[in-house]
Amino acid sequence: MVSLLPLCYILGSVTFIVGLKMMSHPSTARRGNLVAASGMAVAIAGTLFLYRDGGKGLHNFGWIASGLLAGGVLGVVAARKVRMTAMPEMVSLFNGMGGACAALISLSEFRHEGMAAPFTLAGLVIGSVSFAGSMVAWGKLNGSVRDFAFRGQHFVNILLFLVLLGASIYMGIAQVPLLIYGITAGALVYGVLFVLPIGGADMPVVISLLNSFTGVAAACGGFLYHNPVMLTGGILVGSAGTILTILMCKAMNRSLLNVLIGSFGGSGSGSGGAGGAGTYREISLSDAAVVLTYAREVMVVPGYGLAVAQAQHACHELERLLSAKGVNVQYAIHPVAGRMPGHMNVLLAEADVSYDRLLEMEAANDLFSHTDVVLVLGANDVVNPAAKVDPSSPIYGMPILEVEKAKLVIVNKRSMKPGYAGIENQLFFQPKTSMLFGDAKGVLQQLIAEIKTIG
Amino acid sequence: MESLLTWIGDNQQMIYIVLLSIFLGVEVIGRVPSVLHTPLMSGANAIHGVVIIGAIIVMGEADPDNYSALLLGFFAVLLGTLNVVGGFVVTDRMLEMFKHKKKG
Repeated sequence: MVSLLPLCYILGSVTFIVGLKMMSHPSTARRGNLVAASGMAVAIAGTLFLYRDGGKGLHNFGWIASGLLAGGVLGVVAARKVRMTAMPEMVSLFNGMGGACAALISLSEFRHEGMAAPFTLAGLVIGSVSFAGSMVAWGKLNGSVRDFAFRGQHFVNILLFLVLLGASIYMGIAQVPLLIYGITAGALVYGVLFVLPIGGADMPVVISLLNSFTGVAAACGGFLYHNPVMLTGGILVGSAGTILTILMCKAMNRSLLNVLIGSFGGSGSGSGGAGGAGTYREISLSDAAVVLTYAREVMVVPGYGLAVAQAQHACHELERLLSAKGVNVQYAIHPVAGRMPGHMNVLLAEADVSYDRLLEMEAANDLFSHTDVVLVLGANDVVNPAAKVDPSSPIYGMPILEVEKAKLVIVNKRSMKPGYAGIENQLFFQPKTSMLFGDAKGVLQQLIAEIKTIG
Repeated sequence: MESLLTWIGDNQQMIYIVLLSIFLGVEVIGRVPSVLHTPLMSGANAIHGVVIIGAIIVMGEADPDNYSALLLGFFAVLLGTLNVVGGFVVTDRMLEMFKHKKKG
C-alpha cells in the first residue's frame, strides 16, 4: 500500500523552513509561527496514524494520547499564563523539555536494540546536557539559583567533557549496558557545571546555544529512525540557533568563547570594580517630577530593572501624562535591553507603547544631544561610558546608548550596587547625573502622582 | 575504515539532508533584526520539539506489558508535547504584540 507519510514529512520540513524564514521579518512573523505549527501538527498526526515498521503500525495509543493530552494542556496553560517578563525562563524551560525528550528516547532505544548507532549516544549526551543546562538557566532567571564558580572550574569542565567523550567511544565499542547510566549522569552534571558560572547578561546567549543543542539532539533522533522531518527540523534549529547565538554575541561585542569562559559574568568581576566610587547626587521625587514636566524632550532608557519590577505599564502612563503636558517622550532601546535581545520591545508593546516612540540605538544616539532629560530606568551596562573610553573595562567596545550627551540624566536604580556585568558605572558619578533610588514601578507611580499635583 | 564507508554509503541521503539543512538554517536566519531575536529563538525552540515524533515511535512500539518502557515513553511524549505546544503558543503571544504595536 502506498503511504502518505512521506508527504506529511515533506510538508513538515517545508513549513519549518518557510515558517522560520517568515519569522525573521516583523510583518510576517506571526503567520510564520502558525505555518511552522501547522506543519508540526501534520507531521505528528502522520506519524500517529501512518507510521509502519515492517508492516506493523503503532500501538499503545492510550498511553500516547494521554501523554499528548497532558503535555498539550500543560503547555497551553503554562504558555498562556506566563507573564511577559518571565518569557526568557519559559523559553528555557520548554527547551529543557525538548532536551529531556531526546535523552529519554535514546535511553529507551538503547534498551531495545543495543547500540544501533552512535547517534543514540550522541542524542543522549546532548539531550541530557541541554536539559540540565536549561534547568539551571531557568532557575537562574527566576532567581532561585545563584551564579556559582569555583577555582579550576574550566579545567574540571574540560576534564569531564573528555571523560564523557571517552566513555561514549568505549561504550560504542565494548557495549557495557550499565555504562549508559554513568554517561547519562555525567552529561547531566556537565550541563549543570557548564551553565552555573555564566552570569546574568550572558544568559540569553546560553539559552540560545542550548536551544541549538536540543536541535542537534533532535536531529540525532532523525538519524536513529531515518526520519527526514526530525532531521531537517533538528538541524535547521541547530544551525539557526548557532547563528542567532553569534548575532547576540555581536550585539554585545563579545565572542562566544568569552561568554562561555565567563569573563564578565560571575567569576571575573575582579578587574572592573577598581575604578571605584566617587560622589553621586540624589534627586528627590518632587524635583524629578518638576524637571520632567518642564522638559521639552525626554528620552526614557528602559532596562532590566524595569523588566523585573514589571514597570512597563507605569512607564507608559508616565509617558502619556508627560505627552499631555506637551513633553515629547521617546524611548531609547538598546539591542540587548531587558533580559533577552528584543525583550524590551515585547514588554513595551505589552503596555501599548506606540511603535513610533521606540528608537533603536543609532537613532537614539543621534538625538541625545538635543534631549533635555534622560530617564534611565534600571539600566546599567548599556549606558556605561566605560564601553567607549576605558580599554581595560570588560565591556570595552560594546555599543552603548550615549546618554551622557543629554543635558540632564536621571538614573533610577534600587541601590548603588553595580549591574549585571559587575562593573562600576562612572556615569552615575558625573555632575549632570542624578540618582533616584527605588524600585522602578514604585518610583514611576510616585512620579506620576507628583506630576499630577503640578497640574 | 570500511565500515565507515559502508555507513556513509548507506546514509548518503541523510548526510546530504544534514549538510543542506545546516546552510539553509544559516541562510534563513541571515540578518534578523535584534528586535525579533527573542520570538525567533522561541519559535526555533518549538520547532526542535519535532523530537516528539521519535517519542511517539518509541511509545508506539513498546511492549504493552513492559511498564518501565511505557512510563519512559509516556514522559518522553509528555515533555515533547510541552516543548511543541508551549513553544508555539508562547511565540504566538509574543508576536501578537508586535502586530498590535504596528497597527497602533
